[in-house]
Amino acid sequence: MRSSEQAARHRVTGAERLGPYTLLRLERRALDPGWPGQFFMLQAPGRLLPRPFSLCLAPPGELGFLIEPVGPGTEALCALERGDVIGVLGPLGRGYRLDVERPLLVGGGIGVAPLPWLSQALHAPPALLGFRTQDHAAAAALLPGAEVVVDPLLVTDVLPDGYDVLACGPEPMLRALAARCPSAQLAWEAPMACGYGACFGCAVEIDGRLQRLCLEGPVLDAARVTAAAEAVA
Amino acid sequence: MRLLNASGCLDALAAPRVANELDVFVTKTVTPLPREGSPPPRLAETAHGLLNAIGLANPGRDRFLAEHLPRLGELLTVPIWVSVGGFTAADYAETCARLPLDAVAAVELNLSCPNVDEAADSAAAIVARCRLATPLPLYAKLSAAHPDLATVARAVAAAGADGLSLVNTLRGLALDRRLRPLLGRGSGGLSGPALKPVALHAVSVCAEATGLPVVGMGGIQSGRDALEFLACGARDVALGTVLFADPGAPARIRAELAQACAEAGVASPDAAVGLAKAPETARKVPA
Repeated sequence: MRSSEQAARHRVTGAERLGPYTLLRLERRALDPGWPGQFFMLQAPGRLLPRPFSLCLAPPGELGFLIEPVGPGTEALCALERGDVIGVLGPLGRGYRLDVERPLLVGGGIGVAPLPWLSQALHAPPALLGFRTQDHAAAAALLPGAEVVVDPLLVTDVLPDGYDVLACGPEPMLRALAARCPSAQLAWEAPMACGYGACFGCAVEIDGRLQRLCLEGPVLDAARVTAAAEAVA
Repeated sequence: MRLLNASGCLDALAAPRVANELDVFVTKTVTPLPREGSPPPRLAETAHGLLNAIGLANPGRDRFLAEHLPRLGELLTVPIWVSVGGFTAADYAETCARLPLDAVAAVELNLSCPNVDEAADSAAAIVARCRLATPLPLYAKLSAAHPDLATVARAVAAAGADGLSLVNTLRGLALDRRLRPLLGRGSGGLSGPALKPVALHAVSVCAEATGLPVVGMGGIQSGRDALEFLACGARDVALGTVLFADPGAPARIRAELAQACAEAGVASPDAAVGLAKAPETARKVPA
């Protein structure tokens, strides 16, 4: 069985606070860090189902995940300590295409998560990050040199033209970017029970019909979701 | 004892290796027409359970038969059971009649999806109609929500069912922080460990009422859980929600089951079938 079809047990090597977020570090062992934008299912202690997280950092021997505590599962993951052991499944899904000429990384809030690993693969292109508060903006430390805006300023207010946008963030931001940049690559999120196509729970509108985000995405070309955006509008 | 997946809890086209770890693969329910399924969000984790409203998303009968079933035949080394759904007995029967006998080992009639509103014909009427449509073994999948499940089980047995699949999810509701339904459809089907006591009782009652082979399912997380279903009268067991968190569950649970049998003093999984019904005198608990 491939590693991506068997949850393996991994030890926590560290948990650092970045504003309200936690950067959870796990020992990598035999896991492939995968392609930027791909995700892993992390088993939250005491919960029935794992939760999906895109890989944030891949230092030697480790995998790093940025987690925002928004419910019982993410809160349990943020409470993990060095030495704890959790189940990890991945890498899963489809990540960003790296064959872009003028990359610009755009992140909103917890959507900064996949960008450090993506930035490393693209040799530190320019980046633009938006956060709700100064406290949340502490996560910008993961992407040195990034331009940072804080609410009420939005990333779309300062977005330069002429770039190939690779983005991750809240749905309104992604929809705004899809409208502005038809060639953008956007990482979406949806509740997932499995991450490998079994549960059909993560269906979102892609190419005008409900499809599983875990198999089609989480990174999608903007054109694949604009039909849905028009339907919403 | 065979290990199956619960219908709708594994896509063998996406994860054939997981499916080949089972003894039988059961397809997602096939309906006459394609169904896109319920609007998102479709999932909510509840206390010891999962509420889902997938809504029988499937490619429809024609495309399933033309594309999916042949592909499954190429990918899988295990027998395939097809889960059949619909709204009238004629819907079910036509799908049954069109299933190729060389590619399908058995039919599971989904008589109990909690995520469709349309009223279905009675379970027994559907089984009777399908009995005339195919020589394949027919397993009737029932919900534990019926107040007199034993009567339903006897009725589908009399109508020609060869076995029972017990149980489907139970309809439930979960609210978000603003006190609104979490799922896009509103209600959903509850699965996972929260369902297990309900499922064990349903298996026990229906196995006794009909004597039919029962595939037991509902919250199995471990080999010990599987053993309890066997003890309640299930001949086979199926894994559902556990596959989401652990695609390695088939091999793990098989190994745990052997261990659980040893700990319970039972020679084999097959020897455990119906033990929970054994007379008390045969299993005296020390005072």
